[in-house]
Amino acid sequence: MAGHSTWPEWIYVGVIVALMFWVGAEAWNVERLVEHVPADAEVIKVTGAQWYWQFEHEDGTKEVGTLHVEAGKAYKFEIHSIDVNHSFNIHDYVVLMDAIPGRVNTVWFAPDKAGEHDIQCREYCGLIHYNMRGKLVVEEPST
Amino acid sequence: MVLELQKPRPIWQIMFSTHHTDVGLLYLIMSIAFLFLGGALALLIRAELFLPGSQLIADSMTFNRIFTVHGTTLIFLFLLPSASAVGNYFVPIMVRYKDMAYPKLNAIAFWMIPPGGALIWLGFADFTWYATPPYSIISAPGPAADMWIFGLKILGISSVLGAINFVVTILKCKHPDMSIGQVPLLAWSFLSSSLIVLVAIPTFAAALLMLLTDRLGVTGFFNPAMGGDPIAYAHLFWFTFHPEVYVLVIPAIGMMYEIIPRFSRRPIFSKGSGIFAFVLLSIVGFSSWAHHMYATGMTFTEKTVFMIGTLAAVPASGMHVFNFIATMWNSRIKFATPMMWAIGGIALFFSAGAGGVANAAMPLDFTTHDTYWVVGHFHLFVMGTIAFGTIGYIYYMFPYVTGRLYNETMGKVHFVLSFIGTILVFFTQHVLGLYGMPRRIFDYPAIPEWIAMNQIATVGAMIIGVSMVIFLINLIHSSAKGKPADIHDPFNLGGQYYYPFESKNPHH
Repeated sequence: MAGHSTWPEWIYVGVIVALMFWVGAEAWNVERLVEHVPADAEVIKVTGAQWYWQFEHEDGTKEVGTLHVEAGKAYKFEIHSIDVNHSFNIHDYVVLMDAIPGRVNTVWFAPDKAGEHDIQCREYCGLIHYNMRGKLVVEEPST
Repeated sequence: MVLELQKPRPIWQIMFSTHHTDVGLLYLIMSIAFLFLGGALALLIRAELFLPGSQLIADSMTFNRIFTVHGTTLIFLFLLPSASAVGNYFVPIMVRYKDMAYPKLNAIAFWMIPPGGALIWLGFADFTWYATPPYSIISAPGPAADMWIFGLKILGISSVLGAINFVVTILKCKHPDMSIGQVPLLAWSFLSSSLIVLVAIPTFAAALLMLLTDRLGVTGFFNPAMGGDPIAYAHLFWFTFHPEVYVLVIPAIGMMYEIIPRFSRRPIFSKGSGIFAFVLLSIVGFSSWAHHMYATGMTFTEKTVFMIGTLAAVPASGMHVFNFIATMWNSRIKFATPMMWAIGGIALFFSAGAGGVANAAMPLDFTTHDTYWVVGHFHLFVMGTIAFGTIGYIYYMFPYVTGRLYNETMGKVHFVLSFIGTILVFFTQHVLGLYGMPRRIFDYPAIPEWIAMNQIATVGAMIIGVSMVIFLINLIHSSAKGKPADIHDPFNLGGQYYYPFESKNPHH
């Protein structure tokens, strides 16, 4: 439409661009902090398989399906898969990382209080994907 | 006068025609047929998830096959062909050419779709529309998986042929008196989306071949047991299918650009910004594919790059919304059925986009990724925006195709029910995702919040199902028995209908 001004549109675009800058900067900053793994984090090896989770603690203890950790400690998961893609997920702690054969992905978390939480697979992995579930048991600190 | 259904012709005359409106009609009828087939699968999925435990569907394998075919059908056999239907009808007329540039190629592109669709439906594969390796290589049962691969291959070639035809028709066959700036926005939308197809699809075509040879065991591109990497497939797939989102959404926006000024009885606020936003979107659409892959173990830098690429698409989409609102502002709007669909589509487009910004922000994506949030998010695009724009346009073109009027009351009831249903299903699924329910699951634990929200979503889906039956009845009944339309101004807008029947190209 000729003969009318389009400046409101440019102001509007400017506002959107500014908003996106703000969202991007916030996200960048939060992600940077979230990805900083504490130096004393204990390593737990997580193995995804059709259709269960297996865990191996630093001291060599192995668990299947249920994972026991202590409140107040930081843990670093080293996640891989022995067959197809899975995704290791503790939704209550926003822990999510794909388990991919041939790769080791890492993610960390620090449970703050005792309780039980669901572990699930969030990447389609076939027949029993819907029931590839586990339990996270956070225990009171032992010392 | 060439009105398709008013002047009956034997069906084979339409089927073996290469005339652009005949091919367009074939595209339209076939895509609506697949809309109902794919929609029926959606209702099965929703019915199954109404309660935990097995309801209608006996086992998870059947369920997995159903959602795979549901997604594949509605993307490749409804959304893409329905856009091609509109493009075939109107692009040649808009650029004032007698037909598509290559009419035979056009008919071939259409006739590749039924065999492709048949392969997908007869195979009924189970590896999701993403064909996730290494599952699709080592675990997915054949021959369903191989049939899916060949089906997609055929559909991909058909898309490329169609896109070549649109690009050549618009750029080389437009009337010599018409500058490219005078080409209407709907034709511009087909130009942009076709160019995206030409750049994006070959990547997936390659990935499909690699997937096939991997399945045959002669290569190991994506098979870790043979030294391959499934993440390579993810990159190839999303390099095609993130831009593909824009291939689907841009024509729907183009259709809204036809409807909204017409029913606001006012020219579009800024055609220049519409063209600018189309072109911008089709370029920045290529800078965001790996935002689907944040959780595959990407580094912080990679994630940052793709987050910026994703957020860059927002201003261009926002410009369209602004254009629509500024056009409607203080105008004399006639709320006929096509206009209601277009306005509803804009509202849901905005909601879908806002959810997309949340997904793009890296830390939030780890909450939403692969949950029902994502299902709700992209359905607000494919159903709420693209299907709404397309259905609105089907009502808009109805008098042009049939020479008759659709039933206005049924059209409005269809809109109101669909709009309510869409909000019930897909807004609820966003919240369900925040509660942590993963996608693609056949059964779920009896968590009270999950059950409640699944039930709301199922009720919403049934409402959409009812509205679509009303749509079908309206289409069939009105095309045979509807009131004859005043072809110069069927919607009584007090001006000229943009496409009087005289503008139809004669059959040749």
